[in-house]
Amino acid sequence: MGLFILRRLGVMILTALCLTFIVFWLTNLYPNLEKLAKTQGNFRMSDEAVTSYLTNRGYTQALPVKYGQWLGVLPGYEIEGSDGEVRRRCEDGKTFCGILQGDWGFSTVFKDDVSKIVGTRLGLTGKLMFWVMVVMVPGALIIGVLAGMREGSGTDRSLSTVSIVSTATPEYVSGVILIAAFATKAFIDWESIPFKGTATSAADNVTFENFFLPTITIALYGMGYIARMTRASMTEVMTAQYIRTARLKGVSFPKIVLRHALRNALIAPFTVIMLQFPWLLNGVVIVETLFNYKGFGWTLVQAAGNNDIELLLGVSIVSVFVVLVTQLISDIGYVFLNPRIRIS
Amino acid sequence: MEPLTWTGSLGAILNPLFSISVVLLACSVVIQIVLSFFAPAMTLQSNPDGTLVKRGGALGLFEQTTKLFFFAALATVVLYILGGVIMPYGSAGIIGAMSKQFAPVWIALFLTFLASIMFKRRLGLYGKLFDSIIGMIGFGLVMFWVFTAVFAGLFDLIATHDPLTQISGLKNKLPGVALPEGSEEMNPHYLLGGDNLARDIFSRMVYGSTIVIAIAPMATVFAFMVGITLGLPAGFYGGRLDTLLSFLANLILAFPVILLFYLLVTPEIVETGIPSYMAAFLFVFPIVFFGVLLNSRFYTQPSKRNPMLILVLGGLSWLYLSMISQAGTKLNFLPPAVDLFDIAPGILVVFVSVVFVNSPTVFRIVRGLALDLRTRDYVAAAQTRGEGAWYIMLWEILPNARGPLIVDFCLRIGYTTILLGTLGFFGLGLPPESPDWGSTINEGRKLLLIFVHPPLPPAIALLSLVLGLNLLADGLREESLKD
Repeated sequence: MGLFILRRLGVMILTALCLTFIVFWLTNLYPNLEKLAKTQGNFRMSDEAVTSYLTNRGYTQALPVKYGQWLGVLPGYEIEGSDGEVRRRCEDGKTFCGILQGDWGFSTVFKDDVSKIVGTRLGLTGKLMFWVMVVMVPGALIIGVLAGMREGSGTDRSLSTVSIVSTATPEYVSGVILIAAFATKAFIDWESIPFKGTATSAADNVTFENFFLPTITIALYGMGYIARMTRASMTEVMTAQYIRTARLKGVSFPKIVLRHALRNALIAPFTVIMLQFPWLLNGVVIVETLFNYKGFGWTLVQAAGNNDIELLLGVSIVSVFVVLVTQLISDIGYVFLNPRIRIS
Repeated sequence: MEPLTWTGSLGAILNPLFSISVVLLACSVVIQIVLSFFAPAMTLQSNPDGTLVKRGGALGLFEQTTKLFFFAALATVVLYILGGVIMPYGSAGIIGAMSKQFAPVWIALFLTFLASIMFKRRLGLYGKLFDSIIGMIGFGLVMFWVFTAVFAGLFDLIATHDPLTQISGLKNKLPGVALPEGSEEMNPHYLLGGDNLARDIFSRMVYGSTIVIAIAPMATVFAFMVGITLGLPAGFYGGRLDTLLSFLANLILAFPVILLFYLLVTPEIVETGIPSYMAAFLFVFPIVFFGVLLNSRFYTQPSKRNPMLILVLGGLSWLYLSMISQAGTKLNFLPPAVDLFDIAPGILVVFVSVVFVNSPTVFRIVRGLALDLRTRDYVAAAQTRGEGAWYIMLWEILPNARGPLIVDFCLRIGYTTILLGTLGFFGLGLPPESPDWGSTINEGRKLLLIFVHPPLPPAIALLSLVLGLNLLADGLREESLKD
């Protein structure tokens, strides 16, 4: 088991290195740097001015060297610029300053430390994710179990259709429809409109009014998939021998479902729920843009749209990390939950 | 001209009928779900005369009523459409006028269903689809949009106005608004209202379908070519090749899709030519696939193989070269006389990134199937006959993996549609005035709290197409499992 986790950790670190290198390479392509120079300096810079701006700030070093400095395994640059000013990557006399030293860089859009921005934004998104999980997981499991306990029945067909509809509705569609229905008077002539169409105010104070729609929008898309997986695993369990034995003993149907079937049927959905995280991240980006909730996904859009290199790298590190860690947890958790799997 | 109401005179009779049947359907479904936990299960009883009887009790009763109300609601929908087509323009309201515009689609759908149901026993898996209601509904939704795209894109039929023409005074006007006096447009109304640039929302939605229907299935085909060409050897040989390819696939899959799109589909990246190089790499796979497919089968008969290979590879390479050689990008080497076509800027980038995102998942599925199927007896038999590895992969394993692959193909077209919508939603790739559904939703959402009607039609269109593809996949899976 220990070796298995170690190997997975090794692969995970390798993947993270490769991914960040790709992001680093793509954001540091010359046209991107040129755009950065022009937005930071001024838009009418000549080509020479752009080159000297970039050279002075260490952007024209070789790519592996820059990556090493950003990572913190190579000493930071110290360049005497063409304007005579000496610029250092690292402040207060340190030689190494990169991700490994906890130095995430400076955001050019928000004019703040990347680590601070990522921290606060992640906190806000964490709040959203918590409520999404609270709504999504029980809802999906209940739908899946109800549909799977009598395969092929009318309940199964109608609930399966519901989950197909929910997987077929991307967030930007369900969000628009939900806002139209519950945050305006277009369809239903509300006495007072029950929900807000923006969640900007939820950053300070979460209320049912401003947080319900974004939560339900993300939860709906993920719910269908988890429900279908739960249904599949439930139907499999319901045909098992020990369920038949319980029926022959005369155990009542609700008892069979709750006592005998449920526990075994919930192993597979656990993996699926963990693997949903990367998809939730997508949903978070869309929903935060749609509802103007200034969390992590919103930051990603701002960073990518304005080619804020350091912030974008920070954001991608965190998201890649989240994806890889959830994959690891789902693998390990599956082994723990399912006694039939032994890793030698 | 008077503005149109939603259902016109038809609504007086049909609206109450429709709402009653929908409410009853919902009640019956809810009661059924609650009951299913407590009521005894339905059993089959065999009669002395050899027939079977379903003994339902309360649960069976509600199952019957659900079916009844479902068909009642469906029938009212059909009546709305029929009424709209038959009654004169305007008297059946917006819905009637729209169904009149869609008349060619209804006819084509009717003929398709008629022919398919008549000959369903001879049509294999496709015919079996018409045994399941879910599958039929899904197929109907998908074909609705396919026919719409064909009629609008090739024959300029369905739409009422040009998707880019602006008519002053109709900015953000509500559905059914009449055009100002004296305008020379063919249709006197904006059926679904005007958007914030005073363009016809209905026509934009219709033309949006042509973009989606043109890109999504094609991109999925390419993703399948890449996934199959790499996944089969990875699963069949295993070992180092498998480890390397799986690592690369997982690498791409670990990327949040939106981050990848933001990194790939920006004007700056397009300037560097990376999407063109990626296109050059990804579009090689169909040529490799078909080359290997034919060669592995016919290499013992050179007289047959050589002309075939020359024809297929020559044609495909020509298509390939004219596809990747685009005026105005880094790769532009073919003289215009030989270049068959140029794809609109933006579309190629979108196409490439969608293929790139989809192919690792296809790779994983194909690899898993190949891992499973390579232990079968027919593979061992082929090996004993002395067949080559590629023959076994492409002519023994692949045909036997077709069931799950067809189902996944349908699901993946739906997912690709969602991805295209996501790109449009973030304003990436396609030009902002493009009528595709994602871009129109993006434009409409900005004023969503004031004007609800612009983003809803494209949103519902996208939902119905993806839903159709999902239901189709579900029907196909159910029917293919029955053998």
